[in-house]
Amino acid sequence: MFRSQYDTDVTTFSPQGRLLQVEYAMEAVKQGSAVVGVCSATHVVLAALKRSFSDLAWHQRKIVPIDEHIGVAISGIAADARVLTKRMRDECLQHRFVYGDAMPVGRLVHLVADLCQKCTQRISRRPYGVGLLVAGVDESGPHLYQTCPSGEVYDLVGMALGARSQSARTYLERHMDEFSSASREALIRHALWALNETLASAKDQHLSAENCAVGVVSIGDDMRFHLYEHEQVQPLLDACAFPKSGGTATETSTEQAPQNVTDSDEHHDATMQQDTP
Amino acid sequence: MIETPTHTTEPIVTGSSVLGVQCVDGVVLACDTLASYGSLARFQRITRLHQPAPGVVIAGGGEYSDLQQLFRITDNIFRQEFCQEDGYELSPRALHSYLARVLYGRRSRMDPLYNSLAVAGKGRFLGCIDLYGTAFESEAVATGIGALLALPLIRKQWHAALAMDEGVRLLEECLRVLYYRDCRALRSVQVAKVSDSGEVLISEPYELSNLQWKVAQAAEEV
Repeated sequence: MFRSQYDTDVTTFSPQGRLLQVEYAMEAVKQGSAVVGVCSATHVVLAALKRSFSDLAWHQRKIVPIDEHIGVAISGIAADARVLTKRMRDECLQHRFVYGDAMPVGRLVHLVADLCQKCTQRISRRPYGVGLLVAGVDESGPHLYQTCPSGEVYDLVGMALGARSQSARTYLERHMDEFSSASREALIRHALWALNETLASAKDQHLSAENCAVGVVSIGDDMRFHLYEHEQVQPLLDACAFPKSGGTATETSTEQAPQNVTDSDEHHDATMQQDTP
Repeated sequence: MIETPTHTTEPIVTGSSVLGVQCVDGVVLACDTLASYGSLARFQRITRLHQPAPGVVIAGGGEYSDLQQLFRITDNIFRQEFCQEDGYELSPRALHSYLARVLYGRRSRMDPLYNSLAVAGKGRFLGCIDLYGTAFESEAVATGIGALLALPLIRKQWHAALAMDEGVRLLEECLRVLYYRDCRALRSVQVAKVSDSGEVLISEPYELSNLQWKVAQAAEEV
């Protein structure tokens, strides 16, 4: 990382008009393991690659149910994500208590965005180093949103965040015409295929029931967020029929960094910077 | 010892009953246009019906100043919703729940808003809230003394295929009975119709016709 005299606090612009601390926070999002979200006319699917920071540890949680109708996938500093998801749960509960009704997804996401934005305008605050993919349904249909540490929000049909997510985004861009009419099964397959693209081939990684989680929510009578983990994921993976090698050949393997280390994986940053929105 | 404030536990200028009924093509609300000062029929042409947003009507009885405050609160949240500019709108059911929370919150602070409300809205919504925050939905609601005098009459004649015009006639009949028997009721009334699609029609105040005071004689003879 280069150093600049304008990156010591979050509120000072560089002469180029950039807020470097906020940009560094955006980099933290790219250090997390990959998460993928895709949205059709009827369903939203999240898929996530879970890391374990040691062989002695369980894999970390990447997809968090927020309310009956909303779930989020997180990438970046897990501790920050916990704070944000807790707040989202509180807001959803509050909304249910006051209005007797499920919170609109857009409302919730903009609330989180405001929270993130506040951290970019106060000298005493640090931006949240976490990106969220928010999947949910409400009266206006299925929604997939992305939030950034900068406070920006994107309404999307497909997105991937985290380490090596560029290859997943390439996959999503290539297939995005198929999403809107895709069935539940097809959409899950797309999400897992995209996630599979982010794997490092040399490490001989592959998606398994241990390191993978899938979340699905749909319009209609159900309107509930379903989370599939552990042995529940296996049938979904079996339906995908991945090629044996797994991952893309172009990526070179690096040791996967724990989520709160922000200085490794530098050569990945260089390739990914260009597609930061 | 801190003295409990008691000035809000006694209403001063009050409205009487509100009636509401669900029909096959919408909801009808009705009430008279009187705000009494004690037993004095003090304000005879006030409105107790309020339309805060398209497709929603609320009506209330009890302390009239508190009712005006509730109307302001309702206007306010609809304004806030509008300013969010995200395309979501507050459903009548959500408003009903919100008002129930407001009333419950106030009574829990020992500072109640002294009202009972009926909320009607598009999608055939009809609900009722009292000053304690008790809230429920029903195909027929009546507040105040109307719950005792009018509700049995509405229930007796209610059927699932009731048209809105029939509903209006049914509520007019109930208002007539209330005018006979409720000393805080008035002959001048207002009716609001909310169709399924959200079209709202609030009538100008008009006088009840066909009043039969012979019943008074009959009641005396009993």
